[in-house]
Amino acid sequence: MTTIEKTTSATARTGEGDDGTPLLEVRDLHVEFHTREGLAKAVNGVNYSVRAGETLAVLGESGSGKSVTAQAIMGILDMPPGKIPQGQILYRGEDMLTMSNEERRKIRGRKIAMIFQDALSALNPVLSVGYQLGEMYRVHQGLSKKEAKAKAIELMDRVRIPAAKERVGDYPHQFSGGMRQRIMIAMALALEPDLIIADEPTTALDVTVQAQVMDLLAELQREYNMGLILITHDLGVVADVADKIAVMYAGRIVETAPVHELYKRPAHPYTRGLLDSIPRLDRKGQELYAIKGLPPNLLKIPSGCAFNPRCPKAQDICTTEIPALDPVTEQDGTELPGRGSACHFWKETIHG
Amino acid sequence: MGRYVARRLLQMIPVFIGTTLIIFLMVHVLPGDPIRAMWGDKAADPAQVAALRHEFGLDQPLWKQYIDYMADLFQGDFGKTFGGRPVSEEMNLAFPVTLRLAAVAFAIEMIIGIGLGAWAGLKAGKAVDTGVLIFTLIVISMPVFVLGYLARFIFADELGWLPPNVQNSEDIQQLLLPGFVLAMLSMAYVARLTRTTFAENLRADYMRTALAKGLPRRRIVGVHLLRNSLIPVITFLGTDIGALIGGAVVTEGIFNVQGVGNLLYKALGQREGSTIVGVVTVFVLVILVINLIVDLLYAVLDPRIRYV
Amino acid sequence: MSELTDTTLVPGHQASNAELAAAKGPSKGSGPGKPRSLWGDAWYELRHRPLFWVSAVLLVLLLTIAAFPGLFTGADPRDGDLTNHFLTKPELSHFFQADWFGYDVQGRSIYARVIYGTRASIMVGVGVTAAVTLFGGLLGMLAGYFGGWIDSIVSRIVDIFFGLPFLLGSMVVLNAFTERKVYVVIAALAFLGWTTIARVMRSSVITAKQADYVTAARALGAGTTRILFRHVLPNALAPTIVVATISLGAYISAEATLSYLGLGLADPTISWGIDISSAKDAIRDNPHVMLFPAGMLSLTVFAFITLGDAVRDALDPKLR
Repeated sequence: MTTIEKTTSATARTGEGDDGTPLLEVRDLHVEFHTREGLAKAVNGVNYSVRAGETLAVLGESGSGKSVTAQAIMGILDMPPGKIPQGQILYRGEDMLTMSNEERRKIRGRKIAMIFQDALSALNPVLSVGYQLGEMYRVHQGLSKKEAKAKAIELMDRVRIPAAKERVGDYPHQFSGGMRQRIMIAMALALEPDLIIADEPTTALDVTVQAQVMDLLAELQREYNMGLILITHDLGVVADVADKIAVMYAGRIVETAPVHELYKRPAHPYTRGLLDSIPRLDRKGQELYAIKGLPPNLLKIPSGCAFNPRCPKAQDICTTEIPALDPVTEQDGTELPGRGSACHFWKETIHG
Repeated sequence: MGRYVARRLLQMIPVFIGTTLIIFLMVHVLPGDPIRAMWGDKAADPAQVAALRHEFGLDQPLWKQYIDYMADLFQGDFGKTFGGRPVSEEMNLAFPVTLRLAAVAFAIEMIIGIGLGAWAGLKAGKAVDTGVLIFTLIVISMPVFVLGYLARFIFADELGWLPPNVQNSEDIQQLLLPGFVLAMLSMAYVARLTRTTFAENLRADYMRTALAKGLPRRRIVGVHLLRNSLIPVITFLGTDIGALIGGAVVTEGIFNVQGVGNLLYKALGQREGSTIVGVVTVFVLVILVINLIVDLLYAVLDPRIRYV
Repeated sequence: MSELTDTTLVPGHQASNAELAAAKGPSKGSGPGKPRSLWGDAWYELRHRPLFWVSAVLLVLLLTIAAFPGLFTGADPRDGDLTNHFLTKPELSHFFQADWFGYDVQGRSIYARVIYGTRASIMVGVGVTAAVTLFGGLLGMLAGYFGGWIDSIVSRIVDIFFGLPFLLGSMVVLNAFTERKVYVVIAALAFLGWTTIARVMRSSVITAKQADYVTAARALGAGTTRILFRHVLPNALAPTIVVATISLGAYISAEATLSYLGLGLADPTISWGIDISSAKDAIRDNPHVMLFPAGMLSLTVFAFITLGDAVRDALDPKLR
């Protein structure tokens, strides 16, 4: 058992081999919102995939469409005003967008689970945590109230909440931020899903607690060999746990890469800008780099490359042609597996 | 909890004294003389007037009258009517009638109000929602007496479905029409409040979590949404009992219900101070106690609220 | 809203489209997404609500009728001709003439009485609202801002008045007056009605005074008056305005109810409540005698309550 797990995760990690379909594959996904001000194009053709045991980090600023993509996968977008005009979301090769509501509901929570950013508001304030955890078993597995409660205590132990037995009847507001986030994680883990989507799971927490929660999540993921989509804007969180990274900007993926390659050699000016704006001890005393300008207005995404108004390398072509997510190669043309950049000048960026 | 209740009860004392004092003053600084008015246009014997005034204590200074009244009140003595009957006896007859009417109205208000509001809230922005909104606006715009005569005219006089007058208040069928009229205004408010909390909580983060957990819609709405949304509604329903009993004055007049409202209305016409003060005092007590119960209920329903 | 988390982009998570627009606002002046003020945003919301326009048109009409009743009818509302004693039914084709709505029990033109009754209702509604907002608002503001013993005293007084049922209380109060002119009714209703506004104002001032910008203003050395009127009041005003507009309709309704009970306005003042009351014995055979004043009354209350509703929705998108 362990050996099989190891091999699958090992192959997934290297990104080599194509044994069977990935756990989840998003193909050319578009999401738009009809607002009073006009049509907001939140996601404009996103492609990515996750395998069992693999961690994909989706990185981007506010409004880059990373959360909207996740919600589209979960099927918890509000439609209307949201709309998915185009695209496919394949779970084990089956398009979830064409499934019936009931089929999708059975996948939610059981096969694909989600961890939300703010556990205080994401947990129901008037129901005890034990009830909310036990609900998973009662609804999906038909357990009795008593059995569900026992399972809930087990789960709380699993995510290392002290005195789980005594606290199972407590309400969300009676827990600390870190403990609440553990409860969220426990809820997502309850039915041992294939894939967990964590939407900024540590953003609302103290720095010291962040690391604990992240470690717990990574550990449980390894243990259950789950796929994990980690949505974040924090480059620091990503480095430790992710296998590969997709950087999003204005509803598009602008760069994909295995995690360490991205940090070493970014192939998109936006990624470079993000990395340069991390404070570093060895550059102490120098002025901190900041990407100029503001995130784009989704109602009026700039023509051509959406990043062009803020890009230090922008040329005329950048305002007219949308760059495709092209594979990135070494200078000599050797393929760099898993790497891609949506920049007309990726060569200059990575090698120059 | 116990300390909280004790503190609230203590706080009720000055409020109770203040409220009754206001009513007492309003009743007793009337420009006219109620005793003199008993003779109507006929000439009155000054000796008799003086004797009656003495009997009802109206020759005492106002503050003494109030203190005497309160002292009697604590022994359960509400004073006498001009006709010589104890006020408490009149109230014993009238209050159960009004309470029955209010109970019928309360049930109608709760069931229809919450039902309509939940329906509209779940379909926020759709035609149903607009329909319910306009319906409640119309109901709120119609004063109770207009609504009352309209209902009586249509359902009793024209269609003959329900009796126009209430002869026996223990017969629910007779109380249906006045109960409905009495409930309408509050029902509209309950519907709107329910609609608002439903629509608002529908957008809450925990609803998205419930969806992401793969719960069936029935459970998401019936457990997660309902539990949160009904907390303010139940609070409103509690405080509204007072308004319901108070609003009975008009409804009882239209449908000839022999309840407290009628009693008070008659007493106002005759300027019979002891009955007026007595009825309003009981009202104030009821409202104060209900408010306390509602506050405690709130803590039971919402685990985030703890009283210490 | 200044903190642009990703979630603001997800409609399931946000209060309204207005917020979405505002969240996108900072893209400096580009396109339609300019940041608006609370009031600007509210006005935008209002303009796009049909019910607002319905109530606004109704209100303009009603205010004109109240101010210049002579423009709408030539008939004298007090002039009774017993030959017309309500046997004369409405002649609905005789637009705007004295017999349009028929005649009442004393042979007075119902149309003229409906027109002339508008003034009393509007005056009571506006008068009580103004009095209540000024008095209750001021007390609430002082209690909320200064706290301490001022707050204790005001709160206890509010509690006392709040314990009195509004309709019953005003019945008792008005019963003490023999001559019940418009200003007496206004005073009586205001006497019992000011507590709601005081409570609303108090709590919104308490919220507003804890805001960071108030602390900042204080740190910059602004005086009490300046803080109160420049920083706290403008930000605490919205809920008060909403409550005031909605209760305006309720006060009109209360006046009519009291007049109907014989405890509000009295002849010779013309009030819809009085007319409805005197029509109640004739309702079976002559429903029109009650229908027109009752309809006009309901329409007026509707106009104010709908306006208050629209303003509330516009000012507080969370409540929608």
